[in-house]
Amino acid sequence: MDFSYYPGCSLESSAREYHLSAVAVSRALGLNLVELEDWICCGATSAHSTNQLLAYSLPASNIALAQQAGHDLVVPCAACYSRLKRTDHVLRNDLCRREELEQVVGFKYNGSVNVMSLLEAFTTRLGPDAIEKHVKVPLEGLKLACFYGCLIVRPPEITRFDNPENPTSLDVLMKSIGASPLMWSYKTECCGANLSLTAGSTVKKMVTRLLEMAEEAGAQAIVTACPLCQMNIELRRENNNGCLPSFYFTELIGLALGITNSKKWLTKHLVDPFPLLRSLSLAV
Amino acid sequence: MENLFQNQSFAMEVRKKSGQPIELCYQCQKCASGCSMARYTDYTPNQILRFVQLGMKEKVLNSSMIWICSSCEICGARCPNEIKMAEVMDVLKHMAISENIIKEKNIYTFNDIFLNTVKSRGRIHELTMMSLYKLKTRDLFSDVEHGIKLFLKGKLPLLSRGIRNRKLLKDIFNRSIDSVNKDNFVKCSN
Repeated sequence: MDFSYYPGCSLESSAREYHLSAVAVSRALGLNLVELEDWICCGATSAHSTNQLLAYSLPASNIALAQQAGHDLVVPCAACYSRLKRTDHVLRNDLCRREELEQVVGFKYNGSVNVMSLLEAFTTRLGPDAIEKHVKVPLEGLKLACFYGCLIVRPPEITRFDNPENPTSLDVLMKSIGASPLMWSYKTECCGANLSLTAGSTVKKMVTRLLEMAEEAGAQAIVTACPLCQMNIELRRENNNGCLPSFYFTELIGLALGITNSKKWLTKHLVDPFPLLRSLSLAV
Repeated sequence: MENLFQNQSFAMEVRKKSGQPIELCYQCQKCASGCSMARYTDYTPNQILRFVQLGMKEKVLNSSMIWICSSCEICGARCPNEIKMAEVMDVLKHMAISENIIKEKNIYTFNDIFLNTVKSRGRIHELTMMSLYKLKTRDLFSDVEHGIKLFLKGKLPLLSRGIRNRKLLKDIFNRSIDSVNKDNFVKCSN
């Protein structure tokens, strides 16, 4: 299965391991991710906070590229996904704005491209049963708090994916690789997102609460599907919540599939996951 | 609607630009209960909405909440009247910027640097953007330790690729900025 792939800026630097694991694991499972040629930054929160037309035009230019490439578009970063999905929603449903965006970007929208998060692609295009068949090292005994964050499931009328209050798609994927996802109530809370740099002390309080809730539920680690969530969870924590590691879901699938490079991704983490993995005999 | 917001050009403008049915809010406070940021700032989303309904423009545009809102979308997902409050918060920020009322200067500065980086290269180079932000806000030391860790982990590369289609990039920025001056895009709002 061929898909266009929009990595987004974080995956070129601070979330390098998400990019490497996403591409490697997708390939192993039969999803061929082809990076969009000459993609542009989605504009993120800064664009929609500042200028509405800009906030739609930047993603629209990428939808135009995906249209040319002729495949559905897969987006690993939850924030980029949200901007692209929202823009596609506007292009699809608001004729007045469609006309304006077509003019600004210089293309003709034809609605042929489905925009989806990488988690959605794994869930709906592959499915847990297909993934389970590839598992070589089941992650037995690994108790996980699955953290969906905000934008993979909200706004529900735009994402149309999973349950916005109690999503389970990531839990199901983690079960399929042998891990044990736990019930907890902070699945869809906010990590503080891009306020990390501008209001760091507030984000620290949010992340600390989140980690406390995960620990209370009995989690040994958190699993994420977003570079902003992952970065905040690793970086913005009080010192006493020192050791609870956090993984991208693609890294854990990589470990379970026995992909040799998976150890390299994990060395890029700021919170060392190896003590936990060794204790479960999942890493040397 | 015209009657409801009589002599209330501010509320009408917010309604028009956001496309949200702000007159339907009956203060159930579901948004406030779920709000990720309310406990860390001055007002709850329902309070902001009430101020808008009452035409209290100055109070709203001077609030921290409109900037601290992280657009987590919990409020909109739970609102029984389907008011997408994050859209309202964005419009209020746009209005505050055009009136030059910047309550949270760091956030405004961050957005400005972010968009200038996109404008010049088409993509964000995280190291450049973070350094510029730290320089401009004169907060050079608070995250140095984290920065060094990230750098040593190979997560802040020194070089990055910009995009090739600079003409498209320039067009998008010019036309978008133009639209604010001409109020063009508003014609599509409900």
